[in-house]
Amino acid sequence: MSELPVHPGLELREALIFSLSRPGRAASTLFPLHADAVQITEQVLAQIPMHLRRRIAPVLPEVSELQTVRHFTRLSQMNFSIDTQVYPLGSCTMKYNPKACNTYAMLPEFMARHPLGPETQGFMSCMFELQEMLKEITGMRGVSLTPMAGAQGEFAGVAMIRAYHRSRGDLSRIEILVPQAAHGTNPATASMCGCSVKEIECDANGDVDLGALQAAVGPNTAGIMLTNPSTLGVFERKIVQVARIVHEAGGLLYYDGANLNAILGKVRPGDMGFDVVHMNLHKTFATPHGGGGPGSGAVGVGARLLPFLPIPLVGCEGSRYRWMSERDLPHSIGRLSGFMGNAGVNLRAYIYMRMLGRDGMVRVAEFATLNANYMMKRLTAAGFEAAYPNRRASHEFIISLRRENSLFQITAMDVAKRLLDYGFHAPTTYFPLLVPECLLIEPTETETKQDLDRFCDAMIAIREEMQQAPEKLLTAPHTMPVRRLDDVRAARELDLAWKPVG
Amino acid sequence: MNDIPADLHYTTKHEWLRRLPNGQVEIGISDYAQNALGDLVFVEVPEIGRRLRAGEACAVVESVKAASDVYSPISGTVVAGNAELASHPELVNLEPYTAGWLMRMEIDAPEPTLLDADAYAKHLAIQVR
Repeated sequence: MSELPVHPGLELREALIFSLSRPGRAASTLFPLHADAVQITEQVLAQIPMHLRRRIAPVLPEVSELQTVRHFTRLSQMNFSIDTQVYPLGSCTMKYNPKACNTYAMLPEFMARHPLGPETQGFMSCMFELQEMLKEITGMRGVSLTPMAGAQGEFAGVAMIRAYHRSRGDLSRIEILVPQAAHGTNPATASMCGCSVKEIECDANGDVDLGALQAAVGPNTAGIMLTNPSTLGVFERKIVQVARIVHEAGGLLYYDGANLNAILGKVRPGDMGFDVVHMNLHKTFATPHGGGGPGSGAVGVGARLLPFLPIPLVGCEGSRYRWMSERDLPHSIGRLSGFMGNAGVNLRAYIYMRMLGRDGMVRVAEFATLNANYMMKRLTAAGFEAAYPNRRASHEFIISLRRENSLFQITAMDVAKRLLDYGFHAPTTYFPLLVPECLLIEPTETETKQDLDRFCDAMIAIREEMQQAPEKLLTAPHTMPVRRLDDVRAARELDLAWKPVG
Repeated sequence: MNDIPADLHYTTKHEWLRRLPNGQVEIGISDYAQNALGDLVFVEVPEIGRRLRAGEACAVVESVKAASDVYSPISGTVVAGNAELASHPELVNLEPYTAGWLMRMEIDAPEPTLLDADAYAKHLAIQVR
């Protein structure tokens, strides 16, 4: 007899939509063709020379409306999401996105705006105030909302550092220092900006090694990229000394905003000595996140980098808001997107901040930190090993499974996969690279104590399984549509395009 | 248990170095390093003719878990890169000290002090605790 499905009645396998296709099937009621549209399409088509037109129709699935709805709804049910599961993915701040942000951002007046339309004062006042609030919360002098996501925000930050040195004729400054605990994106950004990367060691308590930093700085130092709290889940206590050493050597300090949630309203990067920050609005300010969706990587700068901010900014003259362009900022590093970055995402962040208010910001940091420390205490009391037991956690903390690995041959990956069976998205695994067999856990402020406890209970139950029934971990997950994928083969033999048979 | 051949030299960043009879040196990553990285899916070796300073990032090893820089243990010029690794990165996992070599170099400055096998084993013992 075959085994019963794990989710009786819920079919968790789904064929490609192409396999449902039958010639001539369509769902035209969703987008009925308006007579005007047909005419316009024909006019536009007439302007495309024959030799540039395709001769064969594209291979698109021909399916009914109901088939389409079922296909994508079923796919969405296979997904872990913040709206369905606890999602403690470290260094990602997968907090809940309040629905009100979406509701207000979807008001028809916002939706109908066109970027080439008139300078809509309502929308622009929101963007201006968002710039001002982000300045205040980071302690910076100017903010640009144009970067489309975190990576572009980082790029803009280092591009401004380079522009600053170049404007002073200081052409030898092409080296970016990056601590061992940095995000992998930091060295990537430095390389993209044409800089070379020098790694700085961290000490056993997770702080930057000041001796190594002092030895590394010099006339080639363009700057240092730091996350604080670092990816080790601890606050960099020597940040003031780090800033002094780098500034005295002629370099600038870049703040990676990945972990801004931990310090929101408590301490400001500008006061720590940073010259430029990028903020992931999709992390700290609760805009939708993950799945490659639109992010927003706003950048803030201190006085030295003000002239180089990417454009457009929103300026305010009297009671009128207007776009500031090359004419206002001739030394700008330029444009990163066609218009105003991801305008709808910026709007959601604005609404979120207005709902929180100044006091709410502080509560975010406090509850995020409290939640992480509560979980760390519960898990270490149950026998798990904290990577930095002498330190208070920030908004996230690291559990190392190296003891479990040597005792039971269980890896961090096995635990992560088993957590799926318990109904939790796995924490970040194998990052930071400094800590062997690690889980980086970030609950965020939006989880209740019941949910924090449920996650800890699951971890503790899995710990018992390691000793009683390790095969449950080694063969996990047991409740998912697929088990362990061959990720080596997937990375080596990319198979991304569907092709019709024959 | 980590394999640490006695006839090679090592760095604290887990590169190994072999002296070849023609005076050149061969460089790769240690058994510990390949094991910690997991199954490699991509290896980038430096171009022939590139001059490197000791400690400079010169190659990239990418696994399903992480991408990591490899640092040159010595100062010198790259004379060969292991072309096999472009299509068979798994050689670094399977034979880290032989078929999985990354590059060969001509030394142009006196060699900095590298670790011998015993010292590298001690370094690993401290690091792993």
